Amino acid sequence: MFDKTLAELAQGLERGDFSSTELTQAYLQRINALDSQYNSFITVTEEQALAQAKAADEARATGNTGALCGLPIAHKDLFCTQGVRTSSASKMLDNFISPYDATIVSRLKNAGTVTLGKLNMDEFAMGSSNESSFYGPVRNPWGTDRVPGGSSGGSAAAVAARLTPAATGSDTGGSIRQPAALCGITGLKPTYGRVSRYGMIAFASSLDQAGPMARTAEDCAMVLNAMAGFDPMDSTSAERDSEDYTAGLNQPLAGLKIGLPKEYFSAALDAGVAEQVRNAVAEFEKLGASVKEVSLPNTELCIPAYYILAPAEASSNLSRFDGVRYGYRCENPVDLEDLYKRSRGEGFGTEVKRRIMVGAYALSAGYYDAYYNKAQQIRRMIQQDFVAVLNDVDVIMGPTTPQTAFKLGEKSSDPVSMYMEDIFTLSLNLAGLPGISIPCGQTNGLPVGLQIIGNYFAESKLLNVAHQFQQATDWHKQTPAGLEV
Amino acid sequence: MSLDRSDVEQIAHLARLQIDAADIDSYSQALNSILNLVDQMQATNTEGVEPLAHPLDAVQRLRADEVSETNQREALQAVAPATENGLFLVPKVIE
Amino acid sequence: MEWEVVIGLEIHVQLSTKTKIFSGASTAFGAEPNTQACAVDLALPGTLPVFNENALRMAVLFGLAVNAEIGKRSVFERKNYFYPDLPKGYQTTQLAEPIVGPGYIDIETDEGVQRRVGLHHAHLEEDAGKSLHEDFHGMSGIDLNRAGTPLVEIVSDPDMRSSKEAAAYARKVHAIVTTLGICDGNMAEGSMRCDCNVSIRPKGQEALGTRTELKNINSFRFIERAIDTEVARQIDLIEDGGTVVQETRLYDPDKNETRSMRSKEEANDYRYFPCPDLLPVVIDDDYIEAVRATLPELPDARRARFTSEYSLSEYDAGVLSAYRAQADYYEQVVKQCGDAKLAANWVMGELAKFLNQNDTDIKDSPVTADQLGGLLVRIKDNTISGNIAKKVFELMWSKGGSADEIIEAEGLKQVTDTGAIEKIVDDVIANADKQVEQYKAAEPDKRGKMLGFFMGQVMKATGGKANPGAVTGILKQKLDALCD
Repeated sequence: MFDKTLAELAQGLERGDFSSTELTQAYLQRINALDSQYNSFITVTEEQALAQAKAADEARATGNTGALCGLPIAHKDLFCTQGVRTSSASKMLDNFISPYDATIVSRLKNAGTVTLGKLNMDEFAMGSSNESSFYGPVRNPWGTDRVPGGSSGGSAAAVAARLTPAATGSDTGGSIRQPAALCGITGLKPTYGRVSRYGMIAFASSLDQAGPMARTAEDCAMVLNAMAGFDPMDSTSAERDSEDYTAGLNQPLAGLKIGLPKEYFSAALDAGVAEQVRNAVAEFEKLGASVKEVSLPNTELCIPAYYILAPAEASSNLSRFDGVRYGYRCENPVDLEDLYKRSRGEGFGTEVKRRIMVGAYALSAGYYDAYYNKAQQIRRMIQQDFVAVLNDVDVIMGPTTPQTAFKLGEKSSDPVSMYMEDIFTLSLNLAGLPGISIPCGQTNGLPVGLQIIGNYFAESKLLNVAHQFQQATDWHKQTPAGLEV
Repeated sequence: MSLDRSDVEQIAHLARLQIDAADIDSYSQALNSILNLVDQMQATNTEGVEPLAHPLDAVQRLRADEVSETNQREALQAVAPATENGLFLVPKVIE
Repeated sequence: MEWEVVIGLEIHVQLSTKTKIFSGASTAFGAEPNTQACAVDLALPGTLPVFNENALRMAVLFGLAVNAEIGKRSVFERKNYFYPDLPKGYQTTQLAEPIVGPGYIDIETDEGVQRRVGLHHAHLEEDAGKSLHEDFHGMSGIDLNRAGTPLVEIVSDPDMRSSKEAAAYARKVHAIVTTLGICDGNMAEGSMRCDCNVSIRPKGQEALGTRTELKNINSFRFIERAIDTEVARQIDLIEDGGTVVQETRLYDPDKNETRSMRSKEEANDYRYFPCPDLLPVVIDDDYIEAVRATLPELPDARRARFTSEYSLSEYDAGVLSAYRAQADYYEQVVKQCGDAKLAANWVMGELAKFLNQNDTDIKDSPVTADQLGGLLVRIKDNTISGNIAKKVFELMWSKGGSADEIIEAEGLKQVTDTGAIEKIVDDVIANADKQVEQYKAAEPDKRGKMLGFFMGQVMKATGGKANPGAVTGILKQKLDALCD
């Protein structure tokens, strides 16, 4: 049962093979039994899940159900969930019980999903290995001495370990796609503005975007159907009609034009990863696609631009955590400054403090033009590179990450080497484009992710391309060695 | 560009972060390596390029001026560290 | 040495929207602490701002009223600093691209000094909450009801040359924003707050002296006094060989002194950058013209009309047009009673006195304009005298009701029946031998002045209700008859 996809579980519910309550109980038991190995959940909401399952079963009995009704899901712990701790994996919010639901949480609730709990992540989504969590690192089901990627590491690991059939994630520089790649699952970062940010604890507002993570593109399409849509509470939400992302999954790929950026196949790329990605591209050619080399000349500038813009926005976004209205407050502050400095100094972890300081520095008087403004200019150059290429091809493909899952502790002492993990993913956040990572092979027994990049609001196209690949291959069906399913 | 201890202390103060004296060197090292990384940008000619603040060239939407919120003080202050008579308490503010 | 004073004002005007600039919480004044601070206002994690269309409209309306360029593209930025009344740790404001660009305001002091004050720009921003310093076991209490209230900050050029000009400018801004209906103008509640940038320089010198900023002054009178005090301090300082330090100072009205705000001394580095949660505000000519079409008659135009249409003095016209609610009230009274001068005297006299004494805004006056007009009609048609009218007005104020109802109920109707008045006059004359003798002994051209005593007696006997014109005529006739 745990090896079934969300779509298969939906059919099972529909056929009456099992009830939502049975399904939910089974997943709760599995989380209980196995998650100590992965540490993918911060909070398991058993009671709430069973109540939601019961309600879903009752709804089904009256025939009043949508596609997601009764299906279990889990949320990255930066989506506010009313009455449930929403920690952003930080000591700062360890005691924060959200008084409200994020827009995507209520949308998924309204669709009848059952929330199993809240998933581990890098603290405030700052990281690429899930080692910066206040609740301890998440371990990769493909090798528990390895990182699952980050920052949505708990989401990716939980799906890979079959502790939930689907999860929500958020992606500021690759935080959905990179862990999806490292854990051998499918993860979609939609176009900026496609999914509401209201109630998602902000890291970098102009880069953050929520998206679905699941085993297959089809499952991601089902979840995205509920997540996506205009939200009047978010000024940056795109005013566009909702669409059915499952509708176009079966379009044939004959005639699809694929661009391969030469910069993505540089020396920094692991040879095994490169080989798997090229094999996957060859598979697309078999499906009728044509491939050409393209160029994204400013690819290398993504990292410096991103590591100015994201910390700058973060430094300001995280100022609200001051120990006054909610969250961690230091013991016995002697004065206001002490309250601020110790609450924040003790409440935030090292990587968060590092990024706040980088951001504060980049925005400070005298450095704004050299750093922030320059980075925004480079941001436009990067966007223009993509626009030019996407005028010419339908989708861009390449590796999601330069290498497979690395060992815990391997990069944690050197922030810059960790930042290099994101070289292929963060340009999409800068440009606001959608991208999906799908499993496309293995090297040394570890999954390799293929990133497919599309034009603005081309989520349907990305899901279609990914789904067709998954119809023709079975990389997405691979199970970590030793995992019982 | 290189940050020394006092730069780090000043930035930490600006960001209201208490940093243990013992950790300042490692912070300054990490910050310097990040700044070295971002200094790669400086070689790029960006003259005449319009900065991009948002990926989509959208404009601000307007909200109707109608009250949509009701008093939720009790629920909102349930997570507050210290309140009294409906006020959030902080160490004395000196003006 | 002769010094020239240079003053620029930054005026914060709270816009009278129903809701906050970025949230749907109410902006009503005086609610219980934090009952109008929603999740967005408290900066709960994950919350986001959405811009209030009415705040935009009001800012544009203001810009059009002060002859300013309107920013067709304006951008919200974050001003980052930590303070407990600032929940997000930044204030959302405008810096590089404000909604209102350069414009000007013409002012005139009471002494008749006229000046055109340049408007540097005006921008939209959010207000902060309040820190309350009552004793909470040595802590301060934070009320965030005000947090997120929309403000327009109006920044003048350093064009004013005296405290009187500064006060006149502030009054003019007050008149404009209340006329536009974009601010309730209630300075005691902080609806309009003023920062004054003050410097001095030797007369004839081009370069500006070092300025100090006087923060948060909330009355016109205090603007004048604070500036005068600060100017005197700066002159003393410089003439004693010292130098003015650029700093923020606080005016203490009780001690009539300014003092340095040490806590704000720290060099601020606000790390401004465009707010990524908000997009550029873009408006087109159609929008601007649609707002322009709603511009009401502005104070200057109304003042001019008051002098031409109602033949009011410059002074009266100026006072009556300075505050829209008062000007509207006045015009309604004129419409009711048909006598512009009488209406002006009453609105600026008796009504103003009662409003002042009871600390009441004219909008909340218990005596409506129609009611006051009704009262003045009764003066004009001789139903009551001016003195009785004051008594009627007092009752209208305290008990409510129309003038006619009160005149009727209290039996205050003026006695115009000459027969009745003659009888009373006869009684008065019969009981005032001494005064009658004096009257008779007086030179004929001095007798008019001596009527006062008799008039007083008649009024006393009638409870003030006798028609003064009729009494004068009858008294004169009867007394003069005795002299023959």
